[in-house]
Amino acid sequence: MDFKFTEDEEVFRREVRQWLEQEIPQRWIELDPGIWEETEESWALAREFQRKLGEKGWLAPAYPKEYGGLELSHMKRLILAEELAYSRAPLSIEVEVTVNWVAPSIMLFGTEKQKKDYVTSIAKGDIIFCLGYSEPNAGSDLASLQTRAVEVGDEYVINGQKTWCSYGHLADYCWLAARTDPYASKHEGISIFIVDMKTPGITIRPLINILNRHSFNEVFFDDVHIPKENLVGQKNKGWYQLMIALDFERSSIGYAATNQRIIEELIKYAKETTRNGEPLANDPLIRNELAQLAVENEVARMMAYRIAWMFSKGLHPSYESSMSMVFISEVMRHTANAGMRILGHYGELDKDSKWAVMDARIMRMCLSSLSIGVGGGSNEIQRNIIAIRGLDLPRK
Amino acid sequence: MDLGLSEEQEMLKKSARDFLQKECPKRLVRQLDENDEGYSSELWHKMAELGWMGLVFPEKYEGSGDSFLDLTVLLEEMGYNIVPGPFFSTVVLGGLTILVAGSEDQKMEFLPKIARGEMILSLALTEPAASYDAASVKTKATARDGGYVIKGTKLFVLNANVADYILCVARTKETNNPEDGITIFLVDAKSPGVKCTLLKTLARDKQCEVVFDNVTVSEKSIVGKRDEGWSIVKGALQKATVAKCAEMVGGAQAALDMAVNYAKERVQFGRPIGSFQAIQHYCANMAMDVAGLRFITYKAAWKVSEGLPPALDLAIAKAWASEAYGRVTLSAHQIFGAIGFTMDHDIHLYYRQAKAAEIIFGDADFQRAIVARELGL
Repeated sequence: MDFKFTEDEEVFRREVRQWLEQEIPQRWIELDPGIWEETEESWALAREFQRKLGEKGWLAPAYPKEYGGLELSHMKRLILAEELAYSRAPLSIEVEVTVNWVAPSIMLFGTEKQKKDYVTSIAKGDIIFCLGYSEPNAGSDLASLQTRAVEVGDEYVINGQKTWCSYGHLADYCWLAARTDPYASKHEGISIFIVDMKTPGITIRPLINILNRHSFNEVFFDDVHIPKENLVGQKNKGWYQLMIALDFERSSIGYAATNQRIIEELIKYAKETTRNGEPLANDPLIRNELAQLAVENEVARMMAYRIAWMFSKGLHPSYESSMSMVFISEVMRHTANAGMRILGHYGELDKDSKWAVMDARIMRMCLSSLSIGVGGGSNEIQRNIIAIRGLDLPRK
Repeated sequence: MDLGLSEEQEMLKKSARDFLQKECPKRLVRQLDENDEGYSSELWHKMAELGWMGLVFPEKYEGSGDSFLDLTVLLEEMGYNIVPGPFFSTVVLGGLTILVAGSEDQKMEFLPKIARGEMILSLALTEPAASYDAASVKTKATARDGGYVIKGTKLFVLNANVADYILCVARTKETNNPEDGITIFLVDAKSPGVKCTLLKTLARDKQCEVVFDNVTVSEKSIVGKRDEGWSIVKGALQKATVAKCAEMVGGAQAALDMAVNYAKERVQFGRPIGSFQAIQHYCANMAMDVAGLRFITYKAAWKVSEGLPPALDLAIAKAWASEAYGRVTLSAHQIFGAIGFTMDHDIHLYYRQAKAAEIIFGDADFQRAIVARELGL
């Protein structure tokens, strides 16, 4: 066992850190959009930054060189993800979905033409996908989805409704799961398609999220015609492709690094703030609370490191990823709630207030952290995966 | 970074598990829990033959010169199986302390005997204040006739009832700094004035009250330097803390395995209870606790093994372990239901261990206070 990074990896970390210090735009820092707080302005800044990352090869560092990647080692990717998150670099959720799910799925299941058309552009930061998975009656039970894709001549015609489509109003393409065989059992008739969001027949209706921002959408497909060649992989085998994609490298390290920074800022606040004539840092309850957050975050970090290490050994984590996601989601909610207790009334204030402390990060996190144990597979679904895949408990 | 065990460690782990399954069945664990000695000399000597006692001692002391990390692996397995007896107090608390701070003569005298299974040690640190800070060391050692006379009461002393020698932490000087003036003495447990009384405890581990009633020891019995013993104690506590965490990893894993196996077999409402989501989610939480516990424990052990400053990682590991092991055994009890509430069933052995382990070397609150300090609060 060896818990340290190599010298070469440490040099890489310093290089990333230095680059980020120079390249994160000032305007982004002023806008300071947290998770689920993006606006059109911040989205534009993020896309510009993502292209810069793409030029460095750091947007999709894992990809083969022929697709614009660096074939970077798993440990260096871990370091990169950690530094990007810690520095609060402009990266949207959707770019991660695009880079970590969509393109690897295309590389695994797609045609040569699809690989050529999309993967390199994704690695450059030129195109972004939104996910067309959830529907009003298909959330955790995703395989119940009803959106139809019917083969007609050289095309598929799509009808149905998707929901919780994050940044669908800003994305270039949709990675759509639709039913191609309504008579097969629910897992057997699903296929995956690439849909250009500018295709006629697509209507987008905003859903305003809990932070009062437009991040989600309902997306309606009314006789949307797409070329047949936009089917990815095998017809009716989409569910299995989708399940394999769930096991792609999905790291919670970004969350752990984000949370690490919040904890450090809370510690700083406790040291600098006096209440009733005493620094908050002298209060044993507050010391205990902050220490517990640090303990939990360290556990979360080790769980995330474990995933990268397993990949580096050629192992394929599955339930281990679920563990790390469930764990960090709960640590982040705990951090937000503990932060509120430490900040007291000041924790309630939003960014615009002159009295706000810590850039109102805690109150924003109190809201945004609710999504982390829900989106991308709820904590209950993740626990089912841990129990069934990890511990081999019976389904029935 | 490599979070896996080496091939040798995997072998050690497997051979330890196989050996203990065969040689230390739960029947024996119960027997030893119930008798006053708390260990089997037959098992003890077999463990010594396997080289366990001398695992981390250099070869010149008849050890095999393996790393602290290797010992961590072994302790995890001992925790998995629950091995009653004075291994922890002899090797971790006693042997490692002599190895780090003892004179060459002391090492030559004690370590080979420990390695051969011929010597049992105990560390008498805590007193009625029941705390791990220097200020609560009130037992006094007064210089007399070229030697020392020790007087005081030690409490919660592990395995002193069967120890050949007791490392006694005593005060040799009173200053304003409680960490100054502490000295460690190697006391023959048969010395006149040493009185050991077994305490009846929840885990039925052999904790003792040890009264030192004007016990005479020689100058040569000092481990390390006179008055400068606290830094040795601190080092010993650090190793002991991570070693205890390693046992806790094993114990938590065992409780998880037992509960999961039971959940697969126990049928209610016509199906295994492990197919119910409530039970599945208990098990998932337990598995997360165990996984987290294992990695932070090994991180702390690695730091100790590499000689890196381990204070923060140790405190993090024990803070987490203290609560996680308890949660895991509690959930296991919930899954076992009524059968777990019997002396016949094995799960209570782990529940008891978890409670004792939670407290020894500082509970979660104690460790979090260290974490806070280490974080600059």
